[in-house]
Amino acid sequence: MSAVPSAVCAAMALAKRDLRVLWRRRADAVNPLLFALIVSALFPLALGPEAKQLARIAGGVAWVTVLLASLLSLDALFRADLEDGGLDALLVSGQPLPLLAFVRLATHWLTTGLPLSVAGPLLAMMLGLPVAAAWVLAASLLLGTPVISLLGGTLAALTAALPRSGIVLSLLVLPLTIPVLVFGAGAVDAAVLGLSPAPGLLWLGVCLALALPLAPLACAAAMRISVT
Amino acid sequence: MNALTLWFHRLGSPPTFYAFADRWRPWLLWSGLLLALIAAVWGLAFTPADFLQGESYRIIYIHVPAAWMGQFVFVLMAVSGFVALVWRIKVAEIMAIAAAPTGAAFTAIALATGSLWGRPTWGTYWEWDARLTSTLILLFLYFGVIGLYRAIEDHRKAARAAALLSIIGLVNIPIIQYSVYWWNTLHQPSSIQVLEARSSIDPSMLWPLLIMALATKLYFGWAALTRAQTLLLEQESGKDWVRAIVTASAAKQGDMA
Repeated sequence: MSAVPSAVCAAMALAKRDLRVLWRRRADAVNPLLFALIVSALFPLALGPEAKQLARIAGGVAWVTVLLASLLSLDALFRADLEDGGLDALLVSGQPLPLLAFVRLATHWLTTGLPLSVAGPLLAMMLGLPVAAAWVLAASLLLGTPVISLLGGTLAALTAALPRSGIVLSLLVLPLTIPVLVFGAGAVDAAVLGLSPAPGLLWLGVCLALALPLAPLACAAAMRISVT
Repeated sequence: MNALTLWFHRLGSPPTFYAFADRWRPWLLWSGLLLALIAAVWGLAFTPADFLQGESYRIIYIHVPAAWMGQFVFVLMAVSGFVALVWRIKVAEIMAIAAAPTGAAFTAIALATGSLWGRPTWGTYWEWDARLTSTLILLFLYFGVIGLYRAIEDHRKAARAAALLSIIGLVNIPIIQYSVYWWNTLHQPSSIQVLEARSSIDPSMLWPLLIMALATKLYFGWAALTRAQTLLLEQESGKDWVRAIVTASAAKQGDMA
């Protein structure tokens, strides 16, 4: 048997491959952003264009929108690999599976969470969120979207084998991400009201610090369950 | 191997577990119902009314044991799921799944009674308070575990997936526990402290509550074992021991007819 490449090599190879696959389907990759744009545009249409009211809810709207948009992209995270045997290849590669899972989750964040963290504050400002609060929103999204990717990706690995996993996945991910939403939107709300956003942001940091080491382990276990 | 580990290993075998459940189920059910009756009559009729809340506080005898059970069952489900994932014990998988619906029911009862009590006391049925919200999440997590189990066709794979989800959902339990201390919102902290001697509840009110807590655990034991038996018969159908049980019970029914 030929020498097994080092774990770092394998991780880099997987990252490169994931990014390349995504680049070849870049039209798909833009979809979450378009979805977020359209959903935010629905709020003024549904609630009326009163500027004061919109400015008050803009932070929360941006958070819900980002959460739903990342949910949409999670569904496909492991599906194709499970169908074409790519997931089996990862499992038998002899590499530490949590590391590979981490790479997969990290690329998901890089390609959806990060763009949405940039777009979220812009969308909220479109609804009239003050600039100072928009910075807080950006910070809360940068801390919160990785948690969504880590948690959601783990559950996506768990539901990958289901025939219609989309709806089940949403029902599993949404309750678990409620704390992230509460802290993120709470921090923005505090900033709008002139209070310190620090507690919410610190709680988001706690969530991230917990999810970062634990989610790859859980995700690896979920990948094993899905393949067998 | 000492007697306890040997017994535990034997319990991992479906026929032994089935017989064990058969032996214990009536005891659990009847003692649970009897204690629940005692606690309910004592709590509703023989304890003094509360100084502030009057008679409405009596819902505590349902609400608090149900809320305790909602969390207790989730932890039990996750522990059983962990055993199932690590040692691949079929009975542990089945126990985890069998526990879920009863746990969900207790959580729903806790939410419903709490909201009924909140109307006269807090002046609102529902408030997005940290403990209420985290308990609602607990209910959704139960639904998630049950839903995921139902969605996957292969029983063993479904049980393993549901077990992993219940372990992930475990992060919610400390959030519920400490929500009343971390966030200073509507729900009051617990007035019952087991380990510290600063309980703020009067002993005359405490006893029926503790009896009810024991009764709910016994009832849960009965419900979970009954459901586990059914799941075992369903999944092991075709095995000899199942056939023996089914023919025996059919013969019994034939005798009675």
